[in-house]
Amino acid sequence: MKEIVKIANGQGFWGDSIDAPVNLIKYGKIDYLTLDYLAEVTISIMQKQKLKNPLFGYAKDFVDLIVNNQDDIRKNNIKIITNAGGVNPVECAKAIKLKLKNKSDFKIGVVKGDDIYNNIDGLINSGQSFRNLETGEDISLIRNKITSANVYIDSYCIKDALDKGADIVLAGRVSDPGLTLGPLLYEFDWKNNDFNKLASGTLAGHIIECGAQCTGGNYSKWYDIENLSNIGYPIVEVYPDGNFNVTKPKGTDGIINKLSISEQVLYEMGDPKNYISPDVCVDFTSFNLIDNNDNTVSIKNVKGFKATDTYKVSISYFSGYKSSGQLTISGPHAYKKAKYVSKIFWDRLKLAGYDFNNKNTEFLGFDSCHKKMNHKYSGSNEIVLRLSVKDSDKQKVERFGKEISPLITTGPPGITGFAGGRPKAQEVISFWPSLIDKKIVNTTVEIL
Amino acid sequence: MKIKLGSIASSRSGDKGKNTNVGVIFNSQEAYDWSKKYLSSLMVKEYFSDFVKGDVLRYELDNLLSLNFILEDSLGGGGSDSLLNDAQGKTYGQAILLMEIDFPNKLKEYINE
Repeated sequence: MKEIVKIANGQGFWGDSIDAPVNLIKYGKIDYLTLDYLAEVTISIMQKQKLKNPLFGYAKDFVDLIVNNQDDIRKNNIKIITNAGGVNPVECAKAIKLKLKNKSDFKIGVVKGDDIYNNIDGLINSGQSFRNLETGEDISLIRNKITSANVYIDSYCIKDALDKGADIVLAGRVSDPGLTLGPLLYEFDWKNNDFNKLASGTLAGHIIECGAQCTGGNYSKWYDIENLSNIGYPIVEVYPDGNFNVTKPKGTDGIINKLSISEQVLYEMGDPKNYISPDVCVDFTSFNLIDNNDNTVSIKNVKGFKATDTYKVSISYFSGYKSSGQLTISGPHAYKKAKYVSKIFWDRLKLAGYDFNNKNTEFLGFDSCHKKMNHKYSGSNEIVLRLSVKDSDKQKVERFGKEISPLITTGPPGITGFAGGRPKAQEVISFWPSLIDKKIVNTTVEIL
Repeated sequence: MKIKLGSIASSRSGDKGKNTNVGVIFNSQEAYDWSKKYLSSLMVKEYFSDFVKGDVLRYELDNLLSLNFILEDSLGGGGSDSLLNDAQGKTYGQAILLMEIDFPNKLKEYINE
């Protein structure tokens, strides 16, 4: 058994830095590199891509990352754990294999069983209610509009893949912290009743799952950080007893201290005494956080308790159309003018016979983020007017987009910044959080 | 004395479905102890009243000198439904640091500028 396992995160979401994972691979002093590509909306986009072409439905960036860095990954003996497989991990694995110099270089462990989209009717008919966790509503409300359905499966599927010799574990909807917990289950053979250890691994994963948000990104005291340009992405060094350190590659920018880690622990937190993952429930008020004052912190004594009998299911569904457009309004009385422009804008749509399920007017540069909370008007020279609508009728949303550009020549003076053409009607994908009995979910691993 | 919350604390916020969480991390044990008594969920609900349509819940994390506030139904719908510029509540953490509080004079050594 290893005395310490080093796990890095090089991707906090699809769209995160493309250099971060490459830098960690080249840095080399890590055992595992975790990469998180999936947000809830990402999966529904992938499901749509797969419907159009059965070979698609995964994070294509990941294929390039492996292919372009295959020599360094091998040389530095790094295993990769990722959810980049989206709703089509098999095709993702095949695409990688196709481009490798030597197809036998990497064993890819493909995790299956999280994607229940094609089986959702069967599951409903067999008695799974999929009642909305937040509203209590019945699934029948959205049943014919579902665009994706994925179970947040537990992290033992990652261990299974590693047990079978995988160099790359390619999953779909595993939990974000599970990307870190999975290799720890494999390395340290933690059992499913080692609650405190499972909780430690889950906390370690929670801290690094958003990439540089624990190493100086989004840090309240940003002005105290010497430099953020070459920000280092995080590494956890985990011991067999579950205690761990958070660190980053030597020579990188950013900061790791008690505050940077505390802020990230709190990110997207609900009840801190009961953080529910597929593997364990974690008490985030339990542990000790020690600042080593050298850009590392140590975390000890994390407490956990038994996991629930259900997995969370993320169902997405089509819920209409939306559109937003912006204009820059400059010069004397910019705010007064912007308010006037919004009035005539909505008046004109009304005169043309259009009303919307939902509409919104915001003044960027004035109060869009904080409304009256920080209402000290500084007499700003320019304001961005942002107009938005949502409606079930696509034609109405498209009509909204056509009403913006005329304001440049038919309103008060000093209006500009209308670039990129008429805003289009975008499909809105909404989320339906629910639960499923653990007993009826089967995950499998296929080695390619 | 009247000060901004940002003189005694830091923060981070993010979305949870239709809700936002705003974590507030205090610079000192003394400021944290004060906050546990005086920084109520009701004050936070009032402060964010332009956005919050549901309740505000408050949790304590003694180990991190932190309070975690859940602002229910505060994003005009879930992430992709929302028409707000800040559809994920990313900026609410910065907003709460500008909240004016009545902080005791005798604790003024714990105020950072």
